[in-house]
Amino acid sequence: MNHQPQPRPGDPEISPELVENHGLNEAEYASILAILGREPTYAELGVFSAMWSEHCGYKHSRPLLRNLPTESAAVVQGPGENAGVVSVGGDWCVAFKIESHNHPSAIEPYQGAATGAGGILRDVFTMGARPVALFDSLHFGTLDDPRSRYLFDGVVRGVGDYGNCVGVPTVGGEAIFDAAYEKNPLINVMCVGVLPVSRLIRGEAEGVGNAVMAVGARTGRDGIHGATFASEELDEDATSSRPQVQVGDPFTEKLLLEASLELISRELLVGIQDMGAAGLTSSATEMSSRSGSGIEINVRHLPVREENMTPYEMLLSESQERMLLVAKPGCEEAVQEVLARWDLQAAVIGKVTDDGMFRVREGDALVAEIPVRPLVDECPTYEPEARESDEVEAQRSRLDEIDPEALLEKAGGAARALLSLLDDPTIADKRWISEQYDTTVQTNTLAGPGGDAAVLRLPDRTRGIAISTDGNGRHTYLRPRTGGRAAVAEAARNVACTGARPLAMTNCLNFGSPLRPSVYFQLREAVAGMGEACEALGTPVTGGNVSLYNETGGTPVYPTPVVGMIGVLKDISRRVGSAFTDEGGEIWLAGVTREELGGSAFLAVCTTDDQGNPIVAGEPPEVVLEAAANLVEFLVTGAEAGVFRSAHDCSDGGLAVALAECAIAGGQGFDVFLDRAPGGDSVSGATLWFGETHSRAVVTAVPEDADRVREIGAECGIPIERIGVVGGAVCRIEGGGHVAELDLTRLSERYKSAIPGRMGSEPVGVAR
Amino acid sequence: MKFGIVRFPGSNCDADAYRAVTEGLGETAVYLWHKSRDLESSDVVVLPGGFSYGDYLRGGAIARFSPIMGEVVEFAHNGGLTLGICNGFQILCEAGLLPGALTRNRGLRFRCVPVSLRVERVDTPFTSEYADPDVPAETFSGFHRAPVVQIPIAHGEGQYTADAETLDALESSGRVAFRYVNGAGEATDAANPNGSANNVAGILNEAGNVLGMMPHPERHSIRALGPDDGLPLFRSLVRAVGTS
Repeated sequence: MNHQPQPRPGDPEISPELVENHGLNEAEYASILAILGREPTYAELGVFSAMWSEHCGYKHSRPLLRNLPTESAAVVQGPGENAGVVSVGGDWCVAFKIESHNHPSAIEPYQGAATGAGGILRDVFTMGARPVALFDSLHFGTLDDPRSRYLFDGVVRGVGDYGNCVGVPTVGGEAIFDAAYEKNPLINVMCVGVLPVSRLIRGEAEGVGNAVMAVGARTGRDGIHGATFASEELDEDATSSRPQVQVGDPFTEKLLLEASLELISRELLVGIQDMGAAGLTSSATEMSSRSGSGIEINVRHLPVREENMTPYEMLLSESQERMLLVAKPGCEEAVQEVLARWDLQAAVIGKVTDDGMFRVREGDALVAEIPVRPLVDECPTYEPEARESDEVEAQRSRLDEIDPEALLEKAGGAARALLSLLDDPTIADKRWISEQYDTTVQTNTLAGPGGDAAVLRLPDRTRGIAISTDGNGRHTYLRPRTGGRAAVAEAARNVACTGARPLAMTNCLNFGSPLRPSVYFQLREAVAGMGEACEALGTPVTGGNVSLYNETGGTPVYPTPVVGMIGVLKDISRRVGSAFTDEGGEIWLAGVTREELGGSAFLAVCTTDDQGNPIVAGEPPEVVLEAAANLVEFLVTGAEAGVFRSAHDCSDGGLAVALAECAIAGGQGFDVFLDRAPGGDSVSGATLWFGETHSRAVVTAVPEDADRVREIGAECGIPIERIGVVGGAVCRIEGGGHVAELDLTRLSERYKSAIPGRMGSEPVGVAR
Repeated sequence: MKFGIVRFPGSNCDADAYRAVTEGLGETAVYLWHKSRDLESSDVVVLPGGFSYGDYLRGGAIARFSPIMGEVVEFAHNGGLTLGICNGFQILCEAGLLPGALTRNRGLRFRCVPVSLRVERVDTPFTSEYADPDVPAETFSGFHRAPVVQIPIAHGEGQYTADAETLDALESSGRVAFRYVNGAGEATDAANPNGSANNVAGILNEAGNVLGMMPHPERHSIRALGPDDGLPLFRSLVRAVGTS
């Protein structure tokens, strides 16, 4: 009885308006007609709409992403799965991925962020990995804007409550506050999990006749068309989209996590996948696509929590905490027993077939029948026009006429500029955030938030992994290719500061509408820059996420590629922190400083143009790939040799801020002469203090190791100079014709009160 | 010497307690499933931290009805050493094994920070190993000589609350085991991370065999990970079992 799918009573008629409302253009609809050889049913239209949305189909990014390196000896699973997997030595692997939840969080920050954490956790544990860490990369408007404060507060509570309840520590991340993100915040969450290589499982649907099962929470009407919603520009009145935001239940997630790992360990499954964006539709079709099989389901068997749900709704619901799995033959009952033990549902809803079709029945009625391959793999892709905007070009050359020293004078001098930078929420202490996150549950945390990278112990108890997330929207705005390179280089540098060797990365590309030539140019260039840096540093991309249409009222956010980097620390006892801890230790600067003040935090925070706006201008610092790789080698070599007592990367706010951060973290002052820095005598004072030239790091060593430090610098091709000593209660910086002498307590107070002060709560006073 | 660690749905510090016992202490630990009624001859029962039943209704409010809790209550009534950490403390209060309740933190935010705790008693089965061998226990008077240890907290509902009578009874009978203090060992308001009455961080039952505490000693019990101020608590239990 192989009839064609028939319209269901009550379905709307397929009209051009309906097609358009589903985010499909005429050419795409024509392809659908060609693929089906007939008009789609309403349910089928919904399925195509979700799978061919930007979010699921990567329409505008797929051709660009193809050029990223994805392979190395360490890569066990590259892009295309729920999460990437790399071998970290011995029998152990790490599964990790980053994902955005920007649009939901802009509307309902608490649930938007919470479900973002929930989704990425599921992506990792469906690979058979136990999630061991969460990271959040957050971008908001400035904190003088009340809505930005509301969003920031809600997002932090959302990530925190979810991760805390599931029992996965949130050990790091970043928070950037810039007017460019005011209407459209960016909420990217990364999850890292650990698994023995033998437990690796994929999202596959193999074996004709094997049972397809829906497990976890019941399906409701929430989040229908979330994937399509994520692929559109936010309306001015986007709060009307609130029903598209899902609601998270971390308790159910925790049960699902334990149950899933038990199912995988007991080898009851063929494959498993999260019902994430586009819910049942994407999980069923992606699993069968990977295996070249087909899937047939009957929606009548799907456990639901609302009455009278239509097949359309059941196929597209994004209710949280659900999984689709394919059981091994004869294991259905065992699966159900495991789920019951954890008080969860498990229902057989269909079976694997061999005809390459995604077939959906409602009882006896056939409601959808779509060939899987074209649905999943032949989503139309586009390479639209790319052209740099004139405005950005103008901004880049704007600094040419300006004397950096005059800017520094206007900013009130070096000491005042340093204090302003430490008071900038983007640079300042983030404890207001991290203290709301459980950072030590699971007892693996060797270094939590606040350092260059978080470090976690691996189950073998001798090795560790270091993790960092980085990106710089301002630099990427000014020169996208540089920004793409910089995100990778900085993340690798941060990981290497701990002594870990960068291994692989995941990325989240947050951009505006690709239909805008200036935005597509940014996307194309940033991805190209990212690929160049990945090649140079030997860190392939194992997966990630693309979030486009991050704009409101025609204004896109800064192009913001975020990189999540994983590195391996051979011996956790040789881990290096960023804090100045040893009085009398010698401070070294590794790497050359060049006259590169463009795009700096100093310009954006300490100076304003004639209209009173922050200056976002100039050529951002170039990323010299060879130097980036050499610096990584230098940091790892020095740490492994046990020579470095501390290491900290120079980034936002330049050398002066980096030194202050080391001092604040360690409770030790310092005395430093910047003129001795490599290249220091050939740059302006402002640049010497606050320039953000890449591939530089502040390291310390005991005086007896001075020769070793020089040797390691020479071996690795890194110019290095001793610039001062650690100790005392004062931070003294002299260089480029400027001097600052500031009490450490004053610096520290500024740094620690910046965010609590703006959020209306006192800095947390815990026993000292 | 066997520690039984109860796993409720939503427990998430069960593995940490297991690791503190096995790796930190070198003793044996078993997990006890909440639907079971068998404590498997455990010498010490641990109710670990987490969000049992998602903390729905109230932290610990549902977990106390789990089948295993009947056994735990009986074990405790018979003098069995019972330790509740964080959510475990909440469950002990809900089960009536300890007085008072844990409510939302002052400030209404989850807090995860290392805190300083003053060990108020070193003559209990949970704290004997905190005693300074140079200071005889009987001269242990006045708080200035009490040991101060660093142990992290991680909770949203940790504000210890009880009526005045109960607090008086706890204080006068020396049943406050740990108090939040500053680095100088003073129980100041600034050192109180959640607004707990009298800076209470952990309390004992009347018989002294049940301890509930909000801070997480199991997270500071492995030297390779940093401070191990929590380990003496577990060592104290080993000593108490060994000498009973």
